[in-house]
Amino acid sequence: MNYVQPWVILAFSAIIFFIGFAGILVRRNILVVLMCIELMLNAANLTFVTFSKQLHHMGGQMSVFFIITVAAAESAIGLGLVVAMFRTLRSVDTDDIQLLRE
Amino acid sequence: MEINPAFFYIFAGLAIAFSLLVVIKKSAIASAFNLVCVFFSFAGIYAMMDAHLIAAIQIIVYAGAVMVLFLFVIMLLNADNAAFDMHPIGRGKRLVSASFVVVMAGMFIWVFKNTTYLGPISNFSNANVEAAGGNTQVLSELMFSEYILPFELTSVLLLAAIIGTIAIAKRKKPAALLNGGSAAKGGNAQ
Repeated sequence: MNYVQPWVILAFSAIIFFIGFAGILVRRNILVVLMCIELMLNAANLTFVTFSKQLHHMGGQMSVFFIITVAAAESAIGLGLVVAMFRTLRSVDTDDIQLLRE
Repeated sequence: MEINPAFFYIFAGLAIAFSLLVVIKKSAIASAFNLVCVFFSFAGIYAMMDAHLIAAIQIIVYAGAVMVLFLFVIMLLNADNAAFDMHPIGRGKRLVSASFVVVMAGMFIWVFKNTTYLGPISNFSNANVEAAGGNTQVLSELMFSEYILPFELTSVLLLAAIIGTIAIAKRKKPAALLNGGSAAKGGNAQ
């Protein structure tokens, strides 16, 4: 039997997505929160590839290509923000972000 | 899906275990290295699902570029700094968020299990893709024909990201230094 039901793969990506979501809720280190966002984006990518294979349509894999580009840009900007935050607050704790100005 | 169940379950189990470690581990460095393992497991699953180009991009961009960026920032901010010792959130909050997440994941799995899936809606079946030169060639030809506009817009997005990152992370000169510099220049003129 060389076959895995599509719902198993989708359920797996839902589990990974919600592990990342739990990390965003539980963790206070902003670097780990960014990593959990990357986990959630990866879970979404796996859903796209699964449907691309299920529907025999390449649009899903093209979407994954663009999502990976956007995720790379997002993490670059996010880490730039973390560096700027650490420079002003001397901390990477999300609870310390309370003011809109320095 | 025509993929080997044994290898799928191995990769899926590894990915779930390592992503749990990403959340649980106290140190940001440990989380980053566990995240690399998650990315490699995902690349294995993509390769098994005949998405070869996506698997390669996953390794090059995620496990390569993005993780190097993460590790670079963690090292730059000095991982041994006292600021990294988080005071953990309370047991009650942790329990509430964990149970919320479990309920939501269960709901999603139930929905995915009880949905009827559409059959093929286009003709990119496995045999057709193989006959047309493989996944990478088919995807590349689509990228430069049907999806050329989003592909070009991607370059604009990356340019905006470069400029934005430089503008955000650039060290601003302190006001005192700026004033001192202009005063010195004025002194020279006199």
